[in-house]
Amino acid sequence: MHLFPVTAAVMALAFANDAAWLATALAASAEKGKAAYVQHGCWQCHDNAGQGSLPTSGGKVIARTQLPLDAFKSFVRTTNGAMPPYRQAVLADEELDDIYAYLQSLPPPKAVSDIPLLNGMRPQ
Amino acid sequence: MPAKNSSKSSAPKLDRRRFLAVAAVAGATGATGAVKPGQAATVQDAQERRPSALPPNAHVAAAETGTPQMPARDNGTPGSDFMVDVIKTLDIKYLPANPASSYRGIHESLINYGKNTMPEFLTCTHEESAVAMCHGYFKATGKPIMTLVHGTVGLQHATMAVYNAWCDRVPVLILGGNDLDAAQRPPGVPTFHSAQDINAIVRDYTKWDDNPVSLQHFAQSFVRMYKIATTPPYGPVMMALDGGLQTEPIREDGEKLYIPKFFTAAPPQGDAGAVKEAARLLVNAERPVIVVDRVARTPNGVKLLVELAELLQAPVVDQGNRMNFPNTHYLARPASVINNADVIIGMELSDYWNTVNGFVDNGYEGRGQNITKIKPGTKLISISSVDLITKSNYQDFQRFQTIDVSMPGDAEATLPLLIEAVKLATSNDRKDAMAKRGEAIRQAHAKGVENVKEAAAVAWDASPISTARLVSELYAQIKDVDWSLVSTSGNTSNWANRLWPIEKHHQWLGWSGGYGVGYGAPASVGAALGNRDAGRFSVSIQSDGDLMYAPGVLWTAARHKIPLLAVMHNNRGYHQEVMHVQRLSNFRNRVANLGNDLGPIGTSIMNPDIQYHQLAQSMGWWAKGPIVNPVDLGPAIKEAVAAVKSGQPALVNVLTEPR
Repeated sequence: MHLFPVTAAVMALAFANDAAWLATALAASAEKGKAAYVQHGCWQCHDNAGQGSLPTSGGKVIARTQLPLDAFKSFVRTTNGAMPPYRQAVLADEELDDIYAYLQSLPPPKAVSDIPLLNGMRPQ
Repeated sequence: MPAKNSSKSSAPKLDRRRFLAVAAVAGATGATGAVKPGQAATVQDAQERRPSALPPNAHVAAAETGTPQMPARDNGTPGSDFMVDVIKTLDIKYLPANPASSYRGIHESLINYGKNTMPEFLTCTHEESAVAMCHGYFKATGKPIMTLVHGTVGLQHATMAVYNAWCDRVPVLILGGNDLDAAQRPPGVPTFHSAQDINAIVRDYTKWDDNPVSLQHFAQSFVRMYKIATTPPYGPVMMALDGGLQTEPIREDGEKLYIPKFFTAAPPQGDAGAVKEAARLLVNAERPVIVVDRVARTPNGVKLLVELAELLQAPVVDQGNRMNFPNTHYLARPASVINNADVIIGMELSDYWNTVNGFVDNGYEGRGQNITKIKPGTKLISISSVDLITKSNYQDFQRFQTIDVSMPGDAEATLPLLIEAVKLATSNDRKDAMAKRGEAIRQAHAKGVENVKEAAAVAWDASPISTARLVSELYAQIKDVDWSLVSTSGNTSNWANRLWPIEKHHQWLGWSGGYGVGYGAPASVGAALGNRDAGRFSVSIQSDGDLMYAPGVLWTAARHKIPLLAVMHNNRGYHQEVMHVQRLSNFRNRVANLGNDLGPIGTSIMNPDIQYHQLAQSMGWWAKGPIVNPVDLGPAIKEAVAAVKSGQPALVNVLTEPR
């Protein structure tokens, strides 16, 4: 089991000072979150590593999302855009916590400068 | 030319009716077991007519596969020889087709009398593949080719590909064998495969069709169908080819056959007054935007569009159904720029409504929600040749959009007029304002390219392999050849169009038109055929679902030595449908039932996983896979490129992310 990464916890502190929320976040499991992410079809639009895709998520990257947990959960519960809402009956709060932990556990993207293939693409 | 076909033989001549009667009698006395004229079929015969999945009885087998015992065969010049003479006047290089008895007359003439050149018959395993090959070939070369299909079942197989060609405004010449004479045609299977009007099957999505009843009628109609298909707006055309007309000899009673000379028609241009008004609006706009979809029918269309954009210093949104505008040009911008536009000119858009509006599939009131993408008062201009051929049944004309200046006409043909009108309307003051606008766009373009690269870097090392990594590794191996991206199926987030420098007309051929899945593989093979002759290197990004509709086209590519590099976007699912079922499950507050797969039941292509590399190898391709680790991808593609350069088709099977 992977615990909520320290870096994400520090970031979360910047957005909220709710101790109860932080305790919930720390208890969440990235490993369970990965399973829930697949089971509930998040990967279908956001890809397995949260990189997103142009047609399904407008290219939005949700890996290491900058949204605080509360805002993230609120969005998932109430979205009225192309993404369908996931209500409690479909996705439990605990699972949503785990999914958030999974997203925060994903590695940061490489710098473009470290990827020679991308460096050489589309010169200006 | 036709005069040379007149036979000088003194052998007895048979007209069609007499020929068929003789053949029927001869068959009855032979081993075929055919029913004699006037003899009713027995109950036993009727009972033996079982579903075709069962072994055919002697009667059916004879009708389907047997060759009627022929009388002495010097019956004069077959009508189908004359048909070949007609076809040869039109410089049609290839004829991909699945063989069929209903066109055996012209088939024989093409390969024997016509020496199997111009056109060359290419063996296909499915009519849908044959039509899609014609579709892809045209987009790579700008030249139409033809196919032959069996009526009715062959044409029924072909229909989806015909619809794609219709929606994509691509000329395809389709000839369908049919045997109209119910009293004379062979009974059984050939009669099941005949119809009064086979063209009706595709009439709603072809530009024109005919059913000639004489050889001279054929000559007129074939040249006419070629002209109609190749006059903008382009489109597929259909001709029924009666079996009797193919096999009857040319009459020697003084009939003088001739072949009408083909001539091209000038494409329709937008009205001069409307062009002037459009130019006035564009020149005086503060934030004009040019949106294009199928403007560049030819490389010259790209040049004209660049000239217009630079004159106006206006951003260009290329919707991508053709390569219209170089994506390396600083005026190339994403669709979001229309949000602030005050004037938009849409040229050859397949869906104007959805360009300036949107639909959110969020289940609102059980349906979804319409949104607008533009500011109130934005002036809309349209140039579209499709306005000239709108039909009723199929809804490819999309939702109705109110337009301020609408010009039914061909956009590429109208561009020179519009460019001149813009020049005339532009004052020096406006030139200064345009130059400032252009500089801001240049900076936004540069920033946009960097943003795309940063997005591509996310999950670079992940497995399944990201679609950004897939196309980046691919480009690295082909960038030094004269490449042509002939198809991307299955949706790879448009990465190739966002990352690769696409500057030449043949470097991107667009999508299927009607979004009928199964286009990618055969259209790629057809385009690769055209590119082979032009010395270009063809590459496709091939999705799993698309390939499985008619994978037999892989064999056609190997059989006819058509070099093509297909890199599989193997995401093991019908991901468009995956999302639909997931969305509906959520709206209905239910957990989607995945069964034992990763996507909702009925949407996955897994368990067992298909080994596409082995499938390709079995049909004569060089192939490798499955590639799971992104580190292995570049070397595998490099090997495949070498195979393609040697003249082989090659496939790399890559396990990828959904999109």
